[in-house]
Amino acid sequence: MVRLTINGTPIETDADPEMPLLWLLRDRLDLTGTKYGCGSGLCGACTVLIDGRAVRSCTVPAGTVTGAVVTIEAVADARHGFTPDQARLADRVRRAWIAEQVPQCGYCQPGMVLAALALLAVDPAPTEPAIAAAMTNLCRCGTYDRVRRAIRRAADDRG
Amino acid sequence: MTADDPAGCPVNLSGRTALPPVTRRALLAGLGAGAGALVLGLRLGGPGAAELRPIALNAWLGISPHGAVILVDRSEMGQGVHTALPMLLADELDYPWDRIAVRMAPVGPAYRNPILGAMATGGSTSVRAGFLPLRRAGAAARIMLVEAAAALWRVDPADLVTADGEVRHPPSERAVGYGALAPLAARRPVPATIPLRGRADWQLIGRPIPRRDVAAKTDGRATFGIDVRVPGMVYAAIRQCPTFGGTLAAVDTAALTEAERAEVRLVQLPDAVAVVADGWWRARRTLDRLAIRWDRGANASNHTDAIRARLTAALGRAGTRVVDRGDVDAALAGAARRLDADYHLPLVAHLTPEPMTATAEVTAERCTLWVPTQAQSLYREVLPDLLGLAPDAITVNTTYLGGGFGRRFEADFGIQAALIARAVGRPVQLIWDRAEDVRHDFYRPAHAGRVTVALGAEGEILGWHHRVAGPSIMARALPQMMRDDIDMTTIEGLHDQPYALPALRIDAIRQEVGVPVGFWRSVGHAINAFVLESMLDEVAHATGRDPFALRRALLAGAPRHRRVLERLAEVAGWHDRPLAPVAGARRGRGLALHGCFGTIVGEVCEVTVFDDGRLAVDRVVAVIDCATVINPETVDGQVRGGIIFGLSAALAQAITIQDGAVVETGYRDHPVLTLADSPEIEVELLKSDAAIGGVGEPATPPIAPALTNAIFAATGRRLRSLPVAAHDVRAAAPPAGVDG
Ligand code: FES
Ligand code: FES
Repeated sequence: MVRLTINGTPIETDADPEMPLLWLLRDRLDLTGTKYGCGSGLCGACTVLIDGRAVRSCTVPAGTVTGAVVTIEAVADARHGFTPDQARLADRVRRAWIAEQVPQCGYCQPGMVLAALALLAVDPAPTEPAIAAAMTNLCRCGTYDRVRRAIRRAADDRG
Repeated sequence: MTADDPAGCPVNLSGRTALPPVTRRALLAGLGAGAGALVLGLRLGGPGAAELRPIALNAWLGISPHGAVILVDRSEMGQGVHTALPMLLADELDYPWDRIAVRMAPVGPAYRNPILGAMATGGSTSVRAGFLPLRRAGAAARIMLVEAAAALWRVDPADLVTADGEVRHPPSERAVGYGALAPLAARRPVPATIPLRGRADWQLIGRPIPRRDVAAKTDGRATFGIDVRVPGMVYAAIRQCPTFGGTLAAVDTAALTEAERAEVRLVQLPDAVAVVADGWWRARRTLDRLAIRWDRGANASNHTDAIRARLTAALGRAGTRVVDRGDVDAALAGAARRLDADYHLPLVAHLTPEPMTATAEVTAERCTLWVPTQAQSLYREVLPDLLGLAPDAITVNTTYLGGGFGRRFEADFGIQAALIARAVGRPVQLIWDRAEDVRHDFYRPAHAGRVTVALGAEGEILGWHHRVAGPSIMARALPQMMRDDIDMTTIEGLHDQPYALPALRIDAIRQEVGVPVGFWRSVGHAINAFVLESMLDEVAHATGRDPFALRRALLAGAPRHRRVLERLAEVAGWHDRPLAPVAGARRGRGLALHGCFGTIVGEVCEVTVFDDGRLAVDRVVAVIDCATVINPETVDGQVRGGIIFGLSAALAQAITIQDGAVVETGYRDHPVLTLADSPEIEVELLKSDAAIGGVGEPATPPIAPALTNAIFAATGRRLRSLPVAAHDVRAAAPPAGVDG
């Protein structure tokens, strides 16, 4: 039995507590925005927020999660899982991402967006080194320049 | 369903994505995608559902009273093709861009890529192949709509104008929407002559139009192969024979508990075992608990060193003389000096961000696939025999691709999904884990190149003898593309190189290496550009000339290349902006130029090599001439992406073979450049009057030689093999050493 709060909704399932959070989200709850890329914590495609921090859900057994989980689906529909402040930030990041036309294939992007959200929540105006230190998600399409620009745009857009 | 998401995945109120049956049907149906797809926020009602269906004016365009749908027959893998292709058609149509929906076309003969001869996406062909036909399709539709209005109103078509999705008759101030005219227009003959607009009248082409797929890809709504959900489906994990060509001998399930046995199904394939369960994690975990025995096959003792030795030995064989221009023998006999060098390149994997995956449903009558693929047609060629079905019974639904890079030109994973689905009698989603993905790729070919350059008394090049040894991609993948047993991909970029060499000889030697090889972003160009552009750099340094000046002098007969080179030097500050010194390090700047797929790209790379051997790639400047730019945003992104892709490979990627199997398993040992390590990149787009060029691949080939030429400039070390990480790049004492 696993009990969790996901995007503001309490969830109770009979899933194996050892099942990584990633697969609980994808295969049990149909929250497919969170992606599988490596299963070993290396790529960040599976990034979710747990209590606001970016976490690689492929390495976290679902049964060990105690904090509130927020997935990319909350960015698509911010009524769920976010405080009003977080929802405003999420919207700013989303708009910056679109304005800078960041995604190419798009597969890494849900993870990127959530990593950026976690960064901006604690560091509203990150320096270049801070961006480089926080954004460790891999993008095989090489969208890094635009990721940097989108984060700067979202930061400048505070107001 | 959004207008922009070909595989539409709505978000319900709980914030969860789902793919309800009605959406799935829409996903299946292409143009018949149904009214819902085209309502675009307008209220249903008034006309019956049948009238809301788009009327097909041709294979690419359907129009209903509420919108237009453009079908795209190319896979969207980040190259922006689901925006660029519709832009071409829409530019002739006079229809509001934001009311046009984009849908992926079904597999079928109408959607044959004229350059590749099948429904397929690759070779940087999409926009080049579509440039005329799609504009003609838009123009023809507009003419048919105008003629329909002329017949309706009994007026001269010359008095009619089009704008905003309407045909208007200014003298009488009448107007009628395309949607209302569509049933009449569809019955008109396709016009015999279809004039196209000139550049000056283009409305969309050349403008930075926002991409159709960006919003859904930002917030997780986009449906990739791995996100497909079909009612009743189960999940499969797979383990394939680690050695290439080996087969499955036996599977021992003794370690499984009774409960586990009840929960999973095993499917044995000739060279693999799949476990099927109600969730992928359970399937994957069970796979680990099986004891599998393999017949390791003919390649069981293969080894990286053996591959390199075989390729080097092959360089001594005659091979096929593909090019022999001028008198190379005389040039060598009369040379004041000769330069000789051998180059080696390793096998490299693709590492698409989304591992190989496909979803299949197979019944006695039909096979339906949902697959992120670059090669839809292939399934209709291969599956009928395997499944005993007619080609028409195979439906291929293309999802978004989580990266392609040439890997998804292969159908191996989709075929496996179909076979597993047939075995279990339910829809199955097969997902490879990352290790399977790295260890069962179709790799960029291992390569050996040998160059001999004959130099005259003044250091001028008299003759160039270039030998290439490597395995063939085409002999396996597209045998009809072989020419006299020559795989042209092994010499592409060499036989058509732009430099004015008085004598040029190219020999190709086919040498298989016991590992499957395939199409890797830019294919042979990435390999041959590394050798050619490195060797030119060697000539420049050996003869005391500036690498820019040497190339420029050889490009007298190639004005497009020369223009790119000259602009590159200006933007990069090649002549007038020396690199700022860094304490405890040496800095260097390298240059390379390469043309492929109708496009020319020049790149300058700047590096810092620290005294302790650490290497930083600081900056890359790229100038690209693809002749006509359809969407500058997309071209810019493809150039940056192509550079990062090539840099990752050049810096640190090599596949190692041990006892016949691939050693590497993922991002840890086949590393990908991170944001922190990526250089600052500056891109400039040039236009020219040449035929339109492709943009998905051409930025990749120049980056490896630009990088190693920069390392040479900094340290005096010439790297004649990749990746860079295999070398000690600390500065060599002069004179220049070689580290091969
Ligand atoms: S899938 Fe979790 S980090 Fe790669
Ligand atoms: S956009 Fe393709 S992996 Fe990042």
